[in-house]
Amino acid sequence: MLGTFRFARSACAALALSATVALPALAQESTDPIKLTLHDWTGQLITTELMGEVLKKAGYNVEYVQADYLAQFAGLESGDLHVAMEMWETTGRDAMDASTATGKTEVFGPTGMKAKEEWWYPEYMKAKCPGLPNWEALKDPACAEAFSTAETAPKGRYLGGPVTWGGYDDERVVSLDLPFEVIHAGTDAALFAELESAYQREAPILLWIYAPHWAPAKYKGEWVEFPEYTKECYTDPAWGSNTSELYDCGKPFGEIWKVGWAGVKDKWPGAYSAIKAFTIDNDAMGQMITKVDLEGQTVSAVVQEWMGANEATWSKWIGK
Amino acid sequence: MTAPALDTSRVIAPRLTPARISVPWLVAGIAFVALWLAGPERLPALFTYPKDWLIPAARWIGDFMKWLVNEASFGLFTFTQLTRFIAAIIDLPYRFALSLISTGFLSGQGSGAVQIVPPLPWIAVIAIVVLLGLYAGGRRLAILVGVCFGFLAVFGQWNSAMVTLASILVAVPIGVVGGLLLGIAAYRWERFERALTPVLDLMQTIPVFAYLVPILFLFGFGPTAAVVATLIYAMPPMTRITTLALKGVPSEILDLGRMIGCTRRQMTWRIMVPSARDSLMVGVNQVIMLSLNMVIIASMIGAGGLGFDVLAALRRLDIGAGLEAGLAIVALAVALDRLSQAYAIKAGESAHAAEAGFVARHGYLVGALAFVMITAIIGLVVPAVQSYPDALKLSTGTFFNEVVRWINVNFFDTFEAVKNALLLNVLVPFKRFLAELPWAGVVALLAFAGWRLGGWRLALTTGALSFLIAATGQWDKATVTVYLCGISVVFAALIGIPVGVLAAERDRLWRWVQAVIDTLQTLPSFVYLMPAVMLFRVGDFTAMIAVVAYAIAPAIRYTVLGLRRVDPNLIEAGRAMGCTRWQILTKIKLKLALPEIMLGLNQTIMFALSMLVITALVGTRDLGQEVYIALTKADTGRGLVAGLAVAFIAIIADRLIAAGAARTKKRLGLV
Repeated sequence: MLGTFRFARSACAALALSATVALPALAQESTDPIKLTLHDWTGQLITTELMGEVLKKAGYNVEYVQADYLAQFAGLESGDLHVAMEMWETTGRDAMDASTATGKTEVFGPTGMKAKEEWWYPEYMKAKCPGLPNWEALKDPACAEAFSTAETAPKGRYLGGPVTWGGYDDERVVSLDLPFEVIHAGTDAALFAELESAYQREAPILLWIYAPHWAPAKYKGEWVEFPEYTKECYTDPAWGSNTSELYDCGKPFGEIWKVGWAGVKDKWPGAYSAIKAFTIDNDAMGQMITKVDLEGQTVSAVVQEWMGANEATWSKWIGK
Repeated sequence: MTAPALDTSRVIAPRLTPARISVPWLVAGIAFVALWLAGPERLPALFTYPKDWLIPAARWIGDFMKWLVNEASFGLFTFTQLTRFIAAIIDLPYRFALSLISTGFLSGQGSGAVQIVPPLPWIAVIAIVVLLGLYAGGRRLAILVGVCFGFLAVFGQWNSAMVTLASILVAVPIGVVGGLLLGIAAYRWERFERALTPVLDLMQTIPVFAYLVPILFLFGFGPTAAVVATLIYAMPPMTRITTLALKGVPSEILDLGRMIGCTRRQMTWRIMVPSARDSLMVGVNQVIMLSLNMVIIASMIGAGGLGFDVLAALRRLDIGAGLEAGLAIVALAVALDRLSQAYAIKAGESAHAAEAGFVARHGYLVGALAFVMITAIIGLVVPAVQSYPDALKLSTGTFFNEVVRWINVNFFDTFEAVKNALLLNVLVPFKRFLAELPWAGVVALLAFAGWRLGGWRLALTTGALSFLIAATGQWDKATVTVYLCGISVVFAALIGIPVGVLAAERDRLWRWVQAVIDTLQTLPSFVYLMPAVMLFRVGDFTAMIAVVAYAIAPAIRYTVLGLRRVDPNLIEAGRAMGCTRWQILTKIKLKLALPEIMLGLNQTIMFALSMLVITALVGTRDLGQEVYIALTKADTGRGLVAGLAVAFIAIIADRLIAAGAARTKKRLGLV
């Protein structure tokens, strides 16, 4: 029964194809739409639309599907969805590994963007805690007190990411012996709501901020400088200032991966190599995010502008 | 408030005898306190469930789901193929509805698609709903639904709203028909009903996030899976109401059916279903409301629409845009709800005057069709008729952001002081108290309460379910859940019941209150959760606010319902005896309304529990968070175990309260 349905569907697609004009170079490739997933943050919308528009230029049929960042793996594995353009090392790694282990999805390589994630404070806090951005300033009780609330006093309050993001902040506080309490926000929307609130009142706040994102562009502030991350820091207790604990350093720069259905390679070989070739850097992305979130331009307009200015870059992806 | 008439009220409403001390309760209480005082040092196994005895339920369920998705087979086709087939069938009407009101009819897929027929013009859609309103409820209703849909167009929510409406238009009929059939089956075969009841309980109480992943595998990623998830959540009330309504069909009508020689089928469809129509429409109404509740979650799995707009707006902290999209959901809910209610009343009337209604209906139908044709043709030439012109769209812009900023800058410290006082004096001590209770004692006490209130069967249910929570390793998180929901329910009742008392006697106030609680119930909580985070930071307090805001609706509704149902003769009698207003309220009305108020409390608890997943988004550490974490790790087993624990808490609370309410009713002589 299912077979009949599938057949009917592809027959429809074939009819549609005969109506439009297919590019001869792609004759052997499927004309079914390649489904790219859209999540709910601007950077990802831009990355995805960029990829989608480039694929369209190469003559592929593209469809955007709104999907949850983590729930999408079910769709990617079954082939209902095909490409997810941003899977962050820190927040999506577990789900990604679990999914690629089934063999039904594969990683399409890095996007070229690097996720920077670290403790961050607004600039006005420097007056209350002059030693910043050096992390050792946070050890000063007066400094911790400046970041405290009634619930945490006299310890400082650090607003960490959602539990699901990992990041080892609870461990970091112990191993670096910081007089801080880690409070986990449930979602990143909550994270930035607190930042906005504190920033409006110039109130103390120390929290997890990541980039590329609009927040570092909108709010003036700095990242805390922890001892630089090395692999050994996360694997060898002897490393670093605390010789008996792990995580006595900052967070690693995480790759942002492209990931998708394993069948893309065979169904759309050309698109597959184009997706693999896609790269963009943090600065370019940061500028585009700022244009959308802070200057109020639409995602499409920003994507078109980038494509107009960088034709040489993207035409290489599709091998022209 | 003088007291002379105090004792006379006893004649009217018997006292609740709270003062009598029950010996078994006393013994149970002392045993519990003794165990508690013995402390975790002496009896560690009774305070913390031993790790070695844990049931690996997460692994079992996970393995079963894997088998179901990958291997289960009926011989000719696999289970997954069956579910995919069902998905394909649901997809057909959805595509049609979507094409009709949103995308237009397309040939081909994705970016290669070509539009053959444009969708209905916005003016035509508004005209249709206005005519529906006019037909079902007259001019006032027509204006109301017109304004609701007009809001969607003017505030630029039209496209998203139509996507959402398309999935509602598919989910609601399937939910209604499915619920009706299940309900009839449950009415006919008692054994089926007994088997179905716990399933319905689970369907309503397990958080959707817990079974989202297997649903996506089975039904494919996209709007269809969203419709299926919506159905699981929204169908149970329809089923329950159907069974109840059929049981309530007067025996005279049944006798009449038998006398004129109806077959069983005729009896069901010609006699019973039509005469239970009014109650059934309440079920339809519930399906609509609950479907709209699912809009946010549906948008996470590819349904798009208004839910997606809400999430995206709040991620960039655009409170105004989030509120506009959220209010669009409310507008849809209000329009659909009022229309369905008007139809319920109309259906009741036209049962008496069927012929007169038919001609009128015909007229409306012709009128609607003609209007659609005309606007569609004009729309081809004039774009403003086809889709609402951008230039005329309104937006609140940054207004709401500024409002929140103003409140934040000026009142944050006041809020902070109130919050800290509550947190440090009430919330935190209560949380600690619950966390320190011995699990074994609590299980025993729940079983005992079940036995006292409803006999050994209930004792077995409450005892076994609470033991399972401990045995699957969910106890600690369950206590946090009980703490958060418990305290929220107390606040909801403390606010809701007095509001209900005030509103019950004042029609105009009640209408306003109704508008507010309808809004609170359908406005996605995400919309007010983020401003709440700005004013109260992340944590239990913010979670509590969100839960109270959502769960207060049934507390108010059922109080009003109960108070209005009190026999006016009794009130008259009280007045004749010289009761003051206060005495009439406390000694007569509230006592007689107690069963309804308890039902309201029961619903408040259910609503509070269903908000758990949302509160996980502001960083609570309860079962909701566990379900959410499991979703992010795609760990079906873990998610379902936590989800079942939530369901168990709900079922225990529900059964105990229902048994208590039944006893109270008996004591008051209401049965």
